[in-house]
Amino acid sequence: MIAGGLRRSAARGGGILLAGLFIACSGFQSALDPKGTKAATISQLTLFLVITAAVVYVVVIAGLLFAMRRASTRPLAFAHDDIEEPDRERTRIRWVASAAAASALILLLFMFVDVSAARSLSQVGGLRPLRIDVVGHQWWWEVKYPDLGNPHNTVETANEIHVPVGRPVFIKMTSDDVIHSFWAPNLDGKKDLIPGHETRTWFRADTAGVYRGQCAEFCGHQHAKMAFFIVAEPRAKFESWLTSQQSPASTPTDSLAQAGERVFLSASCAMCHSISGTGAGSKYGPDLTHLASRRTIASGTLPNNVGNLAGWILDPQSIKPGAKMPPNQLDPAALQALLAYLGTLK
Amino acid sequence: MAHAQALPAFNDPDRRPGTLTIPEEDETRARLSSSWDEGSGLWAWLTSTNHKSIAKRYIVTAIIFFILGGLEAGMMRAQLSRPENRFIGPDLYNQIFTMHGSTMMFLFAVPVMEAIGLYLVPIMIGTRNVAFPRLNALGYWMYLFGGVLLYVAFFYNTGPDAGWFAYVPLSGPQYSPGKRMDVWAQMITFTEIAALIGAVEIVTTIFKQRAPGMSLNRMPLFVWAQLITAFMIIFALPSIVVSSTMLAMDRLVDTHFFNPAEGGDALLWQHLFWFFGHPEVYIIFIPALGMLSSIIEAFTRRPIFGYPAMVLSLITTAFLGFGLWVHHMFATPLPLLGQSFFTAASTAIALPSGVQIFCWIATIWSGRPRYTTSFLFAIGFFFLFIIGGLTGVMVASIPFDLQAHDTYFVVSHFHYVLIGGAVFPLFGAIYLWFPKVTGRLLSERLGKWNFWLFFIGMNVTFFPMHILGLMGMPRRVYTYLPEMGWGGLNLLVSMGAVIIVSSVAVFLANVWVSLRAGVPAGDNPWEAATLEWATTSPPPSYGHLFIPVVEGRDPLWDARNGELAVVTGLRTDRHEGLLTSIMDAEPEHRYEFKGPTILPLLLAIFGGGAIILAIFTPWGVTVGSIMSAIVLTCWFWPTISPDHDTPRHRRRERIA
Amino acid sequence: MTAYRLALAALAATALLGCKREERRFREMPPAATASNAVIVSELQPGPAFVEAGTRNPYEDNAYAVSEGKTLFNQMNCSGCHSHGGGGIGPPLTDNEWIYGSDPQNIFATITEGRPGGMPAFRGRIPNYQVWQLVAYVRSLGGLQGKAIRSSRDDHMMYKESEQARDKGHPEATFVPPPSEKP
Repeated sequence: MIAGGLRRSAARGGGILLAGLFIACSGFQSALDPKGTKAATISQLTLFLVITAAVVYVVVIAGLLFAMRRASTRPLAFAHDDIEEPDRERTRIRWVASAAAASALILLLFMFVDVSAARSLSQVGGLRPLRIDVVGHQWWWEVKYPDLGNPHNTVETANEIHVPVGRPVFIKMTSDDVIHSFWAPNLDGKKDLIPGHETRTWFRADTAGVYRGQCAEFCGHQHAKMAFFIVAEPRAKFESWLTSQQSPASTPTDSLAQAGERVFLSASCAMCHSISGTGAGSKYGPDLTHLASRRTIASGTLPNNVGNLAGWILDPQSIKPGAKMPPNQLDPAALQALLAYLGTLK
Repeated sequence: MAHAQALPAFNDPDRRPGTLTIPEEDETRARLSSSWDEGSGLWAWLTSTNHKSIAKRYIVTAIIFFILGGLEAGMMRAQLSRPENRFIGPDLYNQIFTMHGSTMMFLFAVPVMEAIGLYLVPIMIGTRNVAFPRLNALGYWMYLFGGVLLYVAFFYNTGPDAGWFAYVPLSGPQYSPGKRMDVWAQMITFTEIAALIGAVEIVTTIFKQRAPGMSLNRMPLFVWAQLITAFMIIFALPSIVVSSTMLAMDRLVDTHFFNPAEGGDALLWQHLFWFFGHPEVYIIFIPALGMLSSIIEAFTRRPIFGYPAMVLSLITTAFLGFGLWVHHMFATPLPLLGQSFFTAASTAIALPSGVQIFCWIATIWSGRPRYTTSFLFAIGFFFLFIIGGLTGVMVASIPFDLQAHDTYFVVSHFHYVLIGGAVFPLFGAIYLWFPKVTGRLLSERLGKWNFWLFFIGMNVTFFPMHILGLMGMPRRVYTYLPEMGWGGLNLLVSMGAVIIVSSVAVFLANVWVSLRAGVPAGDNPWEAATLEWATTSPPPSYGHLFIPVVEGRDPLWDARNGELAVVTGLRTDRHEGLLTSIMDAEPEHRYEFKGPTILPLLLAIFGGGAIILAIFTPWGVTVGSIMSAIVLTCWFWPTISPDHDTPRHRRRERIA
Repeated sequence: MTAYRLALAALAATALLGCKREERRFREMPPAATASNAVIVSELQPGPAFVEAGTRNPYEDNAYAVSEGKTLFNQMNCSGCHSHGGGGIGPPLTDNEWIYGSDPQNIFATITEGRPGGMPAFRGRIPNYQVWQLVAYVRSLGGLQGKAIRSSRDDHMMYKESEQARDKGHPEATFVPPPSEKP
């Protein structure tokens, strides 16, 4: 009876497993919905591992249930009193030895598949890679597109990484404070950002789309809200994005936005943020030169719209308690002007 | 149930194993009682050096910490039950998850496994006390003070908040201001001392105090597991001693072990921590394997199949366990070839576990199992641990681990390993040995509820976490956004946690009811084979009335139709035990155990005081060391008891 | 038994109070935000004699605030003149000499209003509660906070001893007596 119950729960477990895999197969931050070469290789590997593991599980549990069933017919006797014991002993040795041998073979197979997958992932393939520098901060991502020929054209942005489809991207990473981990599961596994070390990784997006990534190493209060987006787009679109990001912020033309610029420069904003083309050049917060072109604010926490931006400026601590951005006491007119100005930073 | 149908041999009062018809039996009992009983009252409690009373405290304390850790888990699950929940803020959440991990690893799992060993090993191998009774008491006090320090600090909003793994630089001086992480580092110091003491006790006791005839190849598998674990502790814990001290020094006296700008390295911490941290898992898991062997043997009435294979598997696991630590660091900048070695070791360690599982299945196959609660927990182990083991082989793969690392997939994996692989055997062991320790049986009815609720709750809680992890949910997040689509599964997980909590509540009720009105157990309610069942339940302060002589692996089954041979002639008017040789357990010497004393408590107070004061001023170390030195001087002061049986003493007697 | 219960109740009560030293307060509506903390430079006053009550810094003896203050001290380029507290263009902050007073409200005023001779006014540039965090840190530089809450060393080059290693300060006001000492 008990064996039956256990069997039923095993069947149920298998059902949940399959259903779960199905659910996990879609999503903009999911390891099983690969959109890049590396993630695709890993997801094939995952499928292989899961299926093999499930088969092994079913076989071992079946063996256990079979043993329990056979045992239920035996007399309630001690081994010493059991005359059939020596015969069974021989059978058991045979079974256990072959099970151990089979396990060893399966583990060797696992090893072989693992190591060859790891090897193939370590080799950058395809076109000349695009280089991007990422620096982790508590709790946002600094992103740079260095232009070695002309340093003036280096693009600085935050929490949003645009990449061309089909071209490998080579990322150099380090951290400004504690250890973070760069992880966009649709494209690749994770890599740590460690202060005092420079780490490197690469990936290639094969399908255009917007993929979310998140810090995967515990890094303090707002570890939970340290996300970023990778925008994979066709080459031409990416090039035009890069060109537009290289330009400094345009001078506002309407009077409201001009007032907003004055608010930005005279209030505490300019103490931490920089906007190229203005006097604001501080590097403690994300670069805001092209803020309005980004999809989200507060490290992928809120969609970038006027309402959210206003709420974030006035009271960031209710959205990300512990974040380094202080609350700002701005009167409504100043806030409206500031929002209008930030809206022009395309 | 089947276990009620005892075999005739066990019911025949004249032929119960371990009961002997030696004329002076009553007199011996009285004399042993008068020299070993420690009396009652506060003073006796504070000065006790008897391994049974200390181990009982140890177990109860560890279970209290288990409950506290469980409550913390419950609070985390309440917070995560829906997206953007505002039940707990990030500051408290970080403290709680750090407390949960630290409590479960340092204050529950390792201590409870050692404590059960400290209770059972001496009785199982037929000796009267552990090798160094006063040191043993010191170990308990250190452990208690460490745990109390952590929880008092937590109540005063000084709970550590950088994770139980305390990665620098987050746990370092710059990013963890205040005393929170200092408390953590010092709590580690306390529990390290306690664990090392326990390990030294267990190794020495097993090597030198086995009953005559219990050669190494006749030791119960539980004793083997304890021995191997103790060796692992001795090799693994120094690494965390070093690293937690380095962290404390970085924070308190401005050293630069982990400061990259001054030649330190943040990765150094990870290597040192995981060199301890991975064997730690096996330190928890191997004693549980020993418990499983005891359970399966008792309830199938078969000796465990493949004894040499079992022992060799345990030893192999222990060796390989030291070669896995880098698989916690696959995302760090280490060369791929180097990492691949750790993939190999992590894969290989599945093999000895597999061999043991096959041997147990073979044991069940040939016996006739009795489905008591204890045995059900053992069966539950197979269903849960194999899942954890297989996901463990999966995360040994570098590419897959880079997706699964630090996500809920890993949370799920190690809860299957640690709950399925260690807590289930532990509960099975409690149902098995509770009658021995207390003299009363636990209720089987409540036990079945306990098991099924735990089994179902465990799967409802942890299985969906695999999926959550692959859906991209990282660990250690205090909240998540609604649009991530993790809300439904998280709610399910939180409901599962409620089921686990109710199961533990049933267990506590069961213990409560049994202590008040449980069925008296008798000496050997399960008709098991090992020596702890030869003495009364609960065992007297001196363990066995006569030290047994062992002639096989299953002494009580061998003695079923005859009598258990015993050693006579040891002195009963003082704490005397027999020392035997390491390999074959041939009698070598007599040995006097030290009796009750307050010194361990004093040393714990002064030594512990030094460790705690050091958080606030370096002078704490100086003052505490001087005080401890005074106590240690008393401790090691040479004493000769008036009836000491040495030639020198006899000579003096002659002179007198 | 009664004593035991009393002890338990006392423990519970202190636990409710918690440990201020370790608090991490993220959402600040500081009581001290609008303090009129200008230092009185002259002892002469019109009208009846009035002694201004010192404004308490809500962050005195709070480890997290001191550490945040340290971060701000570096970010706001205080070191540019005060050179990690050692002094250069501006006066040193680690000695016992406090030109404009060492009380929290004095330092608050110094930061927000600026001082003659080069100290800029940060009013409106830094939210008040961050000024208070700076105040707490600056006082710790002079040894005016408990050792248990002061910052330990940085994860950077070791250009100075850690604040924690400093002895307790004995501040002397060289310019104006603190208001509380007035008759």
